[in-house]
Amino acid sequence: MNFSRSTVQPASFAATNAVFIGRSIRHSLRNVEALMMAIILPIMLMLMFTYVFGGAIDPSGDYVNYVVPGIILLCAGFGSSSTAVDVATDMSNGIIDRFRTMPIRSVSVITGHVVASLARNLLATGIVIGVALLVGFRPDAGIGDWLGALGLVVLFILAFTWLFAAIGIVTGSPSAASGYGFVLLFVPYLSSAFVPTSTMPSWLQGVAEHQPITPVIETIRALLTGTPVGDNGWWALSWCSAILAGALTWCAIAFRRRSGRR
Amino acid sequence: MIRSAIEVVNLRKSFGKQAVLDGISLTVGKGSIYALLGPNGAGKTTLIHILSTLTAPDSGYARIEGCDVVQDRNAVRQAISLTGQFAAVDEVLTGRENIAMMARLSGLSPAEARIRTNELLRRFDLEEAAGKRARTYSGGMRRRLDLAVSLVVDKPVLFLDEPTTGLDTISRRSLWEIILQLKQQGRTIFLTTQYLEEADQLADEIAVLSGGRIAATGTALELKARVGGEVIELRNAQDEVIRAIPTSGDVQDVRRALNEAASACPSDTRVVIRKPSMDDVFVALTTDHPIESKEATLA
Repeated sequence: MNFSRSTVQPASFAATNAVFIGRSIRHSLRNVEALMMAIILPIMLMLMFTYVFGGAIDPSGDYVNYVVPGIILLCAGFGSSSTAVDVATDMSNGIIDRFRTMPIRSVSVITGHVVASLARNLLATGIVIGVALLVGFRPDAGIGDWLGALGLVVLFILAFTWLFAAIGIVTGSPSAASGYGFVLLFVPYLSSAFVPTSTMPSWLQGVAEHQPITPVIETIRALLTGTPVGDNGWWALSWCSAILAGALTWCAIAFRRRSGRR
Repeated sequence: MIRSAIEVVNLRKSFGKQAVLDGISLTVGKGSIYALLGPNGAGKTTLIHILSTLTAPDSGYARIEGCDVVQDRNAVRQAISLTGQFAAVDEVLTGRENIAMMARLSGLSPAEARIRTNELLRRFDLEEAAGKRARTYSGGMRRRLDLAVSLVVDKPVLFLDEPTTGLDTISRRSLWEIILQLKQQGRTIFLTTQYLEEADQLADEIAVLSGGRIAATGTALELKARVGGEVIELRNAQDEVIRAIPTSGDVQDVRRALNEAASACPSDTRVVIRKPSMDDVFVALTTDHPIESKEATLA
């Protein structure tokens, strides 16, 4: 059979995205170590915070109800950081040049990584919640609250995954990109994820209360366990949307600029 | 009717202050193989990147099948296929998945992609390894997969950036056969190489690129003729070349060279008279010294 230029139309935008998403999901499933990390890390963190630190922080045994939202975001932040490595690996391989010289929107290769990261992170989130329920997490949430929390977690994962995708494009080397993953791993500790900000020294409270993760955590906590939400919901949405918009723009610019440099 | 597949006029590109391409002009006829020969850092890859729309030139222009590589970028992308310097395959995917992915990205339906993938696996002798991940492939298999991937849709112009670098002799020869077959099917092939023999074997026309400029163009025969006639090689008892003396090829000049050799060499020196090789051409064209001043060539 002959497939010549005149008889074959370039792939549609939807088909291009579908192919790249399928590719990245295959990559995720075949990177066994990373997949195991994504599953084991949440379980370890959940158990450690509940049984090792939990008794000291809140002797009543109710700490698990406090900490679940924090662990969800900690895992999501860590999980999305691996996108920087995946993207940097692609950018340093000749395959990106081949994609770029095809009549397709080659930036979709990044979309593929982002969607795969979303799938991995939602799996990790499901595991966090499952383990939490086993060790005594008792949420007080209706179906609407669950959906709201899920929506916010998805938005958070997308925002940070696109951010790490942009970092992967500009660093261009997998080992450099992996270094940045650790940075975000520490940001949740400087928030209300594990202890209320009121227990921190006042200079640190200023940081903890005005960084993006705190309102996201407080909103999820409010939705799942019925704590007062205040204006955290709006702050959470605003922060995540702003990071997402900034990261998308950065990705688009950085992806285009890479071609001129090589 | 456009008669040339690739047309490049006065192309310039600098990175920072360094001029990588310093006014390149060339024309490649449809259905021919054009080899760009040059050492590392001569600007070969930069030129391929400009022609394949990856990099924009600073000035000058280039057209592929009549379409400008900057203004009609999308039309150019439909006409070309690039096989980069390092095999650009997805190492995590299997050979079959690699081809199928590119077939889908090229616009084939899933069913068409399956048919095409099987055809290409067969044609490039990759059926046995089709289900293995590309990471496990040898250098030669990787290159064959790379070429198979670039042929999922029939493109009129193929760019091959150092297609055989790092391959063993057998893989190199089998790749040469494939490249010659592609030409017979009417494709235009623009390749870069560091290997003189490769340009000699494959190319209808060769351009020698040196320091961002084209030092010479012509067929292998024409280029060799520019260097002169027969080369007299003097070999010692271990059959090592101790000296190569270029001559104009006429009787007087060969006698002059032999007289010179006879007086200067030990008595067990043996003489071989040969045609100039592409190496002689290369050395003559890419160094500042004329070939006469060379004590021995690379041959």
